[in-house]
Amino acid sequence: MEKTYQRPVSLYKSSSGYCPGCMHGVAQRLIAELLDEMSLRERAVGIMPVGCATLAYTYLNFDTIHAAHGRAPAVATGYKRSRPDSFVFTYQGDGDLAAIGLAEIIHAANRGEKFSAVFINNSIYGMTGGQMAPTTLVGQKSTTAQGGRQVEMSGYPIRMCELLSTLKAPVYVARFALNTPANILKAKKGIKKAFTLQLENKGFAFVELLSNCPTNWGLSPEESLNWISENMIPYYPLGEYKTPEGSESRGN
Amino acid sequence: MEKLFMKGNEAIAEAALRAGCSFFAGYPITPQNEIPEYMSRRLPELGGVFIQGESEVASINMLYGASAAGKRAMTSSSGPGLSLKAEGISYLAGAALPAVIVYVMRAGPGLGHIMPGQNDYFQATKAPGHGGFKIMVMAPSTVQEAVDLTCRAFDYADRDRNPVMVLVDGVIGAMMESVTLPPYKKELPDKGDWIADGCRGREPRLIRSFILDALALEDFNKKRAGMYERWQREDAVVEEFMTDDAEYVIAAYGTSARVARTSVRELRKEGLKAGLIRPATLVPFPYDSFAGLGEKKVKGILVVEMTIPGQMIEDVRLGVGDRLPVYFLGRSGGVIVSPLEVKEKVLELAGGGRK
Ligand SMILES: Cc1ncc(C[n+]2csc(CCOP(=O)(O)OP(=O)(O)O)c2C)c(N)n1
Ligand code: SF4
Repeated sequence: MEKTYQRPVSLYKSSSGYCPGCMHGVAQRLIAELLDEMSLRERAVGIMPVGCATLAYTYLNFDTIHAAHGRAPAVATGYKRSRPDSFVFTYQGDGDLAAIGLAEIIHAANRGEKFSAVFINNSIYGMTGGQMAPTTLVGQKSTTAQGGRQVEMSGYPIRMCELLSTLKAPVYVARFALNTPANILKAKKGIKKAFTLQLENKGFAFVELLSNCPTNWGLSPEESLNWISENMIPYYPLGEYKTPEGSESRGN
Repeated sequence: MEKLFMKGNEAIAEAALRAGCSFFAGYPITPQNEIPEYMSRRLPELGGVFIQGESEVASINMLYGASAAGKRAMTSSSGPGLSLKAEGISYLAGAALPAVIVYVMRAGPGLGHIMPGQNDYFQATKAPGHGGFKIMVMAPSTVQEAVDLTCRAFDYADRDRNPVMVLVDGVIGAMMESVTLPPYKKELPDKGDWIADGCRGREPRLIRSFILDALALEDFNKKRAGMYERWQREDAVVEEFMTDDAEYVIAAYGTSARVARTSVRELRKEGLKAGLIRPATLVPFPYDSFAGLGEKKVKGILVVEMTIPGQMIEDVRLGVGDRLPVYFLGRSGGVIVSPLEVKEKVLELAGGGRK
């Protein structure tokens, strides 16, 4: 019988250190599958952030470089400009990308750097124990906003796709969610599109993935996926915000 | 060999190119702007990469990427910018990535002033970033030496897989002198055994500054400490000028040392036996030159720096121990110390000076 599902070569054979139900693992698997399918593993360099994603070094079976908190886009810029024939992607959480690293992502996008950025938005700081992120929803509880995020204190959650799609240089800006199998398949297609655009040397592509943090949200894995559809997607609409064709298809 | 009349900052940039630097990222700050300006023009001509980063933080992290890709990479900045680069310098050291950082000092603290200073000795030599590591620090006092030490900085960075700093004050960066430039380096060290360049035909590599096993991290730090000791034994560069029979020795580096050399000559004319010890590497610091002074006829040491309070004086004291008295003359705020005031201070110490 034909084997239809197996571990991608781009993933090491190791057990996961992520909390049960965390979708970081799924996001990383999608990337690994695509590197296999697109025969990119041997020229790929993944630039890793600070945060739970850091653990990827124990899973990703290709070259990786770990950047300081928020600086992955700057490291990727230096790397990709030095080796234009390489295949480079960054993988960053929301604390990493939308807080400390906001300048780096905006400017790399604005320069049209030719790497792909995968952005995991779980609306909280995972690794450090559930503090408020720039993406934490209004009213959402965190260890540094114990009564829930208040606009007067902390402003509104930042929408990265909306922000980056105002820039001229990025060729692809899109948001997907990892809450259902159907959405996961769409996310994979979106990441593939971003990767393909890099191979065509077209420019900067940004893929946001709405994800979960069952541990710090204090929800079961299943509840956390429902929480994505009920609370995150209404504020962070899914869709392609910017495409090479210039068309926009938003909302689901 | 090519002889040219060049400004310090531009000579440093040209030296870097000749040493094989093919990547530069930086952010404007006075008094080092000629370096990125020069690089923005010359690097693309030579097929290299120039990027004006959005900040110092981004620029040094771009170096991190370029270095991991195997390039000889350089950045430059001054006080406020170097503080921001501290993060990246620490990560470079933690990840064992080579890079060259040119630090053109101005007066501080804070925004301070764009005038030249030597206020950043502590930052450069003691804690260029968090985590307790060392980087080599070159301290040229002529434009020619800036060229030579910049070339050496790239070689040492690659040899040790560690950042190297070229530390000059704003005077050296801005002054013009004639320099002999080395030819463009054709063969660069092979880094194929450690860089991240895609895992074709080999096991994947991980370039990172974290080591999550306590004993392994301790081992990394021990190995690095061994490297610092080797620098101390083998790589310290110091110039001793008229120290053989000296009764008073001046210790200074960079521009202060140029000034002090004039003072030594003047003092000799007046019959006072003065000498100069000029460290050209601040890390490793030439402690031995100072430790040896106790056996000579020396009566005292005057440390001259363009900073208040003094900073290098602490290393001089470490070298001298309690064998000899150590005095300090400092100017700050951008004021360049003058040969006359150095001379008068030595005369005063010798008891024969005008007040
Ligand atoms: C300069 C700096 N500040 C703070 C930290 C501590 N830190 C580690 S992970 C993290 C938050 C990461 O959150 P996020 O990017 O949302 O990723 P997640 O863990 O949720 O996947 C922080 C603040 C650090 N490593 N570096
Ligand atoms: S803390 Fe949150 S983001 Fe991190 S592994 Fe656990 S569930 Fe995932």
